[in-house]
Amino acid sequence: MTGQDTDMFSEHYNFAYLDEQTKRMIRRAILKAIAVPGYQVPFASREMPMPYGWGTGGVQVTAAVIGSDDVLKMIDQGSDDTTNAVALRGFFIKTTGVKATTKTSQATIIQTRHRIPEEPLTENQTLVYQVPIPEPLRKLEPRETETRKMHALEEYGLMHVKLYEDIAKYGEIATTYAYPVLVNDRYVMDPSPIPKFDNPKMHEMAALQLFGAGREKRIYAVPPYTKVESLDFQDYPFEIQRFEEPCALCGAENVYLDEVILDDKGGRMYVCSDSDYCEERREQGHLGHMAANPIAEPENSGPRA
Amino acid sequence: MTTAPLGLTKAPAPGLANPVHDAQCIFKAAMNALARPGTLQTLHVTNLTAPHPLPRTMAALALALLDYDTPVYLDTPLAKSRDVVDYLRFHTGAPVVDMQADAAFALISTPEKMPPLSGFNVGTDEYPDRSTTLIMAAETLTNEAGPLLSGPGIKTTTQLNAAPLAPGFWHQMSANQTLYPLGVDVLFASVDQIAGLPRSTTISLKEA
Repeated sequence: MTGQDTDMFSEHYNFAYLDEQTKRMIRRAILKAIAVPGYQVPFASREMPMPYGWGTGGVQVTAAVIGSDDVLKMIDQGSDDTTNAVALRGFFIKTTGVKATTKTSQATIIQTRHRIPEEPLTENQTLVYQVPIPEPLRKLEPRETETRKMHALEEYGLMHVKLYEDIAKYGEIATTYAYPVLVNDRYVMDPSPIPKFDNPKMHEMAALQLFGAGREKRIYAVPPYTKVESLDFQDYPFEIQRFEEPCALCGAENVYLDEVILDDKGGRMYVCSDSDYCEERREQGHLGHMAANPIAEPENSGPRA
Repeated sequence: MTTAPLGLTKAPAPGLANPVHDAQCIFKAAMNALARPGTLQTLHVTNLTAPHPLPRTMAALALALLDYDTPVYLDTPLAKSRDVVDYLRFHTGAPVVDMQADAAFALISTPEKMPPLSGFNVGTDEYPDRSTTLIMAAETLTNEAGPLLSGPGIKTTTQLNAAPLAPGFWHQMSANQTLYPLGVDVLFASVDQIAGLPRSTTISLKEA
């Protein structure tokens, strides 16, 4: 049990912003979500001091789970320093006083918007996803009453038809993010808009995965070591994205890369989307083909006389 | 079963010393217990005094998880104790129900005499989350014997044994798993450990 010393941050807010009854309600939803992997548990999502779409679901899940001795990492599209990550990290530092980190290996809770870190997660970590539309069938069937029935009856034919139509139109399954998965051989689940590159990481992950959708008021979970299969066909097996070149900064291969436009003449570079992974590799001495220090370039070498 | 009338005759025992952080620790142990079925999660609640015959760890779980939204079923020894009923009502506000099927949570202090699992709510096809979570007392919890568990949260297989248990408990729990995704979830609470057994866990009973 922790002592009172962490209460100095709760002068204005309760620890982690939410009131205790709300936390209990969310915690109960999380327990049910863990017991039925992939099933979307309805919960009484609260108004948060940030707009819908900024990760109110993930924030509520993190707030219900976090304790004063946790170490929090907050990422947005793999990066620790983009707007959403900075804003939400600041929110939790202010309302909980927990330690924040950018190092994947040091975090106990990682809240993520649309990426899974490249570094494999461990058993004592929890990954919290921010989810915009939790219902994988929503774009195929707008009525909640119907999609609920489809999940109850395990009636996922429509999803396979959608993937088949992709093949008929484009010659391949054209879904590249939020690629539907089947969890524990029972529920079709939206993995949140992570690139399909990250889907295989969800399968039998050592860490607990929690998903929060604030506007849609749903929480779901994938416990550690749970079967997570990306939907596909025997003759069109699931494939992840492949990149032609390694990361321009750290030379990493087999990681998810972001395209960065450099000029208006078609110049571009590909860099790791996971900023912590990229930095760590550069610290270890791995250098990509564009990793030269920009300051050292003649045209950037300080003010001219 | 009749529950005691409203109105306290004496002050109930105090609840969690630090409601915010203690509740978080207790919840975290429960979450890890259900996310990794069979593992023994340490939970020290030595600063909590719960009225007899409510075991301390069970009381901690009840205070961390129950409120006015969660009808709770108490097994006979607990329901008969005015102190326990007052304690739970005062600290959680949870309505105490007589029918197993109405309960969101069930507190079982004497598992060897518990009513059959099939009486509890297993949820509905469309809302499997509307089921009962059982919090059961255990004198001993070990990974050294007992049925073989596998499924989500378990890397290969593990074993879990709790004692005392009703003679048919593991068979009932095994039948509960066949209802998946419906079914009840169980949290075992010993003096300083808790273990989870969600409906997703496959139980193989060794042939005698």
